[in-house]
Amino acid sequence: MHYRGIFPRDLFTELERLQREFDGSPSIRGAAPGYPAMNVGTTPKSVEVYAFAPGMTPEAFDVQVENGVLTISGERKNSVPPEGATIHIGEHFSGRFRRVVSLPDDIEPNSTTASYRDGVLHVCVARREAAQSRRISVQ
Amino acid sequence: MNEKVIKRENASEESAAMRPAVNVVEDATGITLYADLPGVPKEKLSIHVEGDNLILEGELEINSPPNMEAIHAEVDLSRYRRVFTLSRELDGEKVSAGFRHGVLELRIPKAEHAQPRRIVVQAT
Repeated sequence: MHYRGIFPRDLFTELERLQREFDGSPSIRGAAPGYPAMNVGTTPKSVEVYAFAPGMTPEAFDVQVENGVLTISGERKNSVPPEGATIHIGEHFSGRFRRVVSLPDDIEPNSTTASYRDGVLHVCVARREAAQSRRISVQ
Repeated sequence: MNEKVIKRENASEESAAMRPAVNVVEDATGITLYADLPGVPKEKLSIHVEGDNLILEGELEINSPPNMEAIHAEVDLSRYRRVFTLSRELDGEKVSAGFRHGVLELRIPKAEHAQPRRIVVQAT
């Protein structure tokens, strides 16, 4: 998996904001980069979003595309330690989460698919055919 | 169970890796460790005990489209690694593991001699 550090301003403003927070000017919601961690990429035909949210079930996610914005939310419930047990390390995120990605203008919200595998939620938002570059054959 | 950074001469083992978030819970008969390893398929997960060390490793497999251009990446490494030192009363031979939805659950029982025994106080 190789990622290049390209960051188009207009497309992913929300993620850019999160990135800024990460770079050291924390907002009132804290300096944490947010849960779950997300990767975003594009192909000519789709926008691909990967949310690293382990320990869930597919039904526990709420994925919505509305007004050009993708929202991923849900709740992570960790197993409750048995009575009398000692918690030595407790790093796992627990509770409700919500993350938002601004999508480009050329998306087709009705053909969005989402799948959950190995603890990663993958959302694929299709882009409109018209926006895809097409080769015009010269007669 | 203390964490320890192990320095090795083998460079590949020291290559950049993410540190999986863990929960560690101890009860009377042993320790249960839960590790977040999202993106790691079962076949790419490795757990081994070397002497006193418990070593967790996993490689991500995301299968993104080959023509995808990444524009934002918070997960930008392709492996996880974390090492724990087991204390003496834990039985590294009897570790059992389960892995579901990116969460590893490891059970490390306490050795027989370290199991709790209730001492009955006799009335004299």
